[in-house]
Amino acid sequence: MADTSPNPQDLDPNAVHGCASGGSCGCSGGTDDVSEADMDAPMDGNQVMGTYYDGGKIENRSMGGLALTRREFATSMGIVTGAIAAAGCSGDALEVFKQTRLREMTQPQVKEFLARLEREYKAKYNTDITVGATPPAEGVKFAYALDLSRCIGCRRCVHACVKENNQSRPNPEGEHNNPIQWIKVLEMEKEKGINLEEADPYYNPDKVPREGHFYMPVACQQCENPPCTKVCPVQATWKEADGIVVIDYDWCIGCRYCMVACPYGARRFNWAEPHLPQKDINPNTHVLGNRPRSKGVVEKCTWCIQRVRNGRYPACVEICPVGARKFGNLNDPHGEIRAVLENKRVYILKEDLNTQPKFFYFFGV
Amino acid sequence: MQLRTRINLSWLWLVLPLLSCQSAPGKAAIDGPDPLHSEPLKQAPAEAGLPPNPIALAMHSSETFAVAKPPISEDMWPCTTCHDGNDVNRNRRVLKEEHTNIQLHHDEEHRWCLDCHDATNRDYLHLASGVTITFDESYKLCGQCHGDKYRDWRMGVHGKRTGQWNGEKQYLLCVHCHSPHEPHFKPLKPEAPPARPTSIR
Amino acid sequence: MLNKLFQFIKGAVHHITHGGRVYYMWVAFLLLLIAWGGYGYSNQFREGLIVTSMRDQVMWGFYIGNFTFLVGVAAAAVVLVIPAYIYHWGPIYEIVIIGELLAISAIIMCLGFVSVDIGRPDRFTHIMPLIGSLNWPRSMLAWDVLVLNMYLILNVSIVSHILWRAFHGREPSKGFVVPLVLFSIPAAVSIHSVTAFLYSGLGGRPFWNDAILAPRFLASAFCSGPAIILILLQILRKTAGLNIKDAAIQKIAELMAYAIAINLFFLGAELFKEYYSDTNHITHAQYLYFGLKGATGLGIYAWTSVAANVVALVLFLVPATRNNFFTLNVGCVLLYVGVYIEKGIGLVIPGLTPDTLGEIYEYVPTRHEMQVAAGVFGLGFLAFTVMIKVAIPVALGKLTYKPRDGEVLPAEPVEHAV
Repeated sequence: MADTSPNPQDLDPNAVHGCASGGSCGCSGGTDDVSEADMDAPMDGNQVMGTYYDGGKIENRSMGGLALTRREFATSMGIVTGAIAAAGCSGDALEVFKQTRLREMTQPQVKEFLARLEREYKAKYNTDITVGATPPAEGVKFAYALDLSRCIGCRRCVHACVKENNQSRPNPEGEHNNPIQWIKVLEMEKEKGINLEEADPYYNPDKVPREGHFYMPVACQQCENPPCTKVCPVQATWKEADGIVVIDYDWCIGCRYCMVACPYGARRFNWAEPHLPQKDINPNTHVLGNRPRSKGVVEKCTWCIQRVRNGRYPACVEICPVGARKFGNLNDPHGEIRAVLENKRVYILKEDLNTQPKFFYFFGV
Repeated sequence: MQLRTRINLSWLWLVLPLLSCQSAPGKAAIDGPDPLHSEPLKQAPAEAGLPPNPIALAMHSSETFAVAKPPISEDMWPCTTCHDGNDVNRNRRVLKEEHTNIQLHHDEEHRWCLDCHDATNRDYLHLASGVTITFDESYKLCGQCHGDKYRDWRMGVHGKRTGQWNGEKQYLLCVHCHSPHEPHFKPLKPEAPPARPTSIR
Repeated sequence: MLNKLFQFIKGAVHHITHGGRVYYMWVAFLLLLIAWGGYGYSNQFREGLIVTSMRDQVMWGFYIGNFTFLVGVAAAAVVLVIPAYIYHWGPIYEIVIIGELLAISAIIMCLGFVSVDIGRPDRFTHIMPLIGSLNWPRSMLAWDVLVLNMYLILNVSIVSHILWRAFHGREPSKGFVVPLVLFSIPAAVSIHSVTAFLYSGLGGRPFWNDAILAPRFLASAFCSGPAIILILLQILRKTAGLNIKDAAIQKIAELMAYAIAINLFFLGAELFKEYYSDTNHITHAQYLYFGLKGATGLGIYAWTSVAANVVALVLFLVPATRNNFFTLNVGCVLLYVGVYIEKGIGLVIPGLTPDTLGEIYEYVPTRHEMQVAAGVFGLGFLAFTVMIKVAIPVALGKLTYKPRDGEVLPAEPVEHAV
């Protein structure tokens, strides 16, 4: 319990100064909210690798020591601060809570936060897990293309994704069995075309593709106009500058409104504590991607943010035995994505909803 | 020595992840000065006695692509171990002695081995022009007929590339997925389906 | 001031702890219900929402259904204030108080259902205005948090003022109450509209993505809310000595007939749109009413709801049955059942079934969910019981401030079972 109760010495006295001199720390919660548009702006190029947001971008409200006891502190202090807020609206007390969001951390805070996560994971899984926070690169807008005329529905992508992204594994012997997969492959009949009402995700023949059928893998479409981030009541999910829609697993309250809003069934909920055996852990993680999750939060495909932010292809692209999966930078005029968009017939899933996916289905033949 | 050239696709699952792991930019797939791997330009052997076709040369020299190791077993390479260049039987026939496992289902009515494999030096292939190419340039051979696929492949739209999305890439050859003798992609056993919501507890 | 408050609390405690046998049994029952629900919730807290039958395909269920229904109750309870003003019913403040207390209890239950539905209740601070990071104005759920809390505060203020004044034997300040009561009317509309927008703002859910949803919500709320109030008024005038005229009750019933008719008309308009146009989006209505691919779990409820609403319309429309208290009460119960189904499972579940990729998972709440829900209902009913148990003696002048000796001497132990 020692480190779950806030130590007064952790409170950075500068925070008081910052607040007073800043003059903008009133009672209003709305005025200093960071709009999505701000977050979408390219980040400064001179960011230090391994940290996340540049403190200069968002008003610097240094509360360094608190990052360590982020969640615990929020819980234990909730009532107290609620009372303070009701009584006198003390700016400092309110800032504590705003400060604990990953999106609003300064670089040193992020560094400290990542270190704490690594310690926690070490204690929990007895494995060295590195948690990175590579920021978006300037000028990059990721996009994905999938060749519907090539996909054979073998589900190699589904399982490679699970291995890469530390999803909850099947646990038939355990108390709870809550396996999570981010990609769902739909089998549909060629005669009926793309008709989701007739789709079957549970097909299991001896061999695929089955005669007369085609396959449509569906995961997060990384919408440019994502309905899921719009509805999140606590701003725990947002679209990054490179177009990847991410979740702050330490801020999500598990209301599942984003899942209700998503037209693609792309989000998954940890209904129980995820089952992630030590031997199955991928230790190379990103704070907004494949780091181990907890019970009661939502997760989703991030196009392997831990890989693609370092130049690699997503795991599903690498595994696909038929080369149906294409990935690249939409802004690169010579990349494969632009080649697809310029030369092939493209199908956008539920285009009428104006979600503007950056996931393009296409017909190679 | 039993020669097996029939390409069984089922092992690809094992190899592909390995390939992608070792796909350091530009890294040659196997070592050695093997004709399996392109040296910039191979002149056509003089046996035809013709000057190289300029069009074929242009195509040949225009682009080369970093490719994964062609799917040929080590134990039957080089081909010239057996095919020493003497006593070449150029007649179309059913193979009875060696390579009996090859079932040619690739426009078999009009084509046979020496349309692609070079009769003089069996470690090479040759284009319609007579220009010889190495096995890791086989895409040029395929591209002679399948021009649209070749174009897509070069752009990275058809087939598969590994490596860096923003840097060096390695291409899989056409023959990594399509056996040149039976190009139709073989069906696979799918991996396990997802858990039904009713089985989650 | 402190002395007054102390007296008030002392008197209130006295009234809460003294009652007839029925009252004690009722309170004991509610406490048991709460304990049972609390036990269920402790399991859910430990194991996660896995103990419910919500899954990735149907990620909202019984809890949110109850939440939606109860927002309607909260909204409609206060709207009764309008006719009370217009038609100058006798004990106006008593009716206002009952309406407001019902609204407060309903909001308590709403907040309870939302709380038990979230996966990380330990992070409740994140959603608190000012303290958390409320995604306002973008998220409709953030709006809902704001309007529900505002509505709660509004109703608590009005009731507290009236009761505090009554405690001192004084009339409420018109200048304070009337504007707030009038303001509470659009506020009531706003909480239910925002809750409707929560659903109708989702492009990916065609069953909800419909302009008529908010009007339908209001129409159905004006059926179920008054249905509860009508029965409450009858109970209270028998047990608590409230003087409420038959004419007032019948006036409410008459107004309700309009609401039922409008609600059914909206339903018909929805069904016409679905079935005449016969687009792919029909699958949800089809699942609700007729079942889809052998999944027919909701049909019985859906038709029960329609039948209950239609019969209630007849009972409320025909003057003979409307003025007969037996048939009137039958109508109220039918209406309650009809709207409870329509706004609860009949709204949430078909909206999510089939899921966005066409999969059909038949959601049926688990025993756990029922148990937790029972606890939340118990909490709301207990809150209402306790509040009304204090409010009525105060309103009737049986619990007043005694300035002389500084002690509350409860006039007569009020022998009624609320």
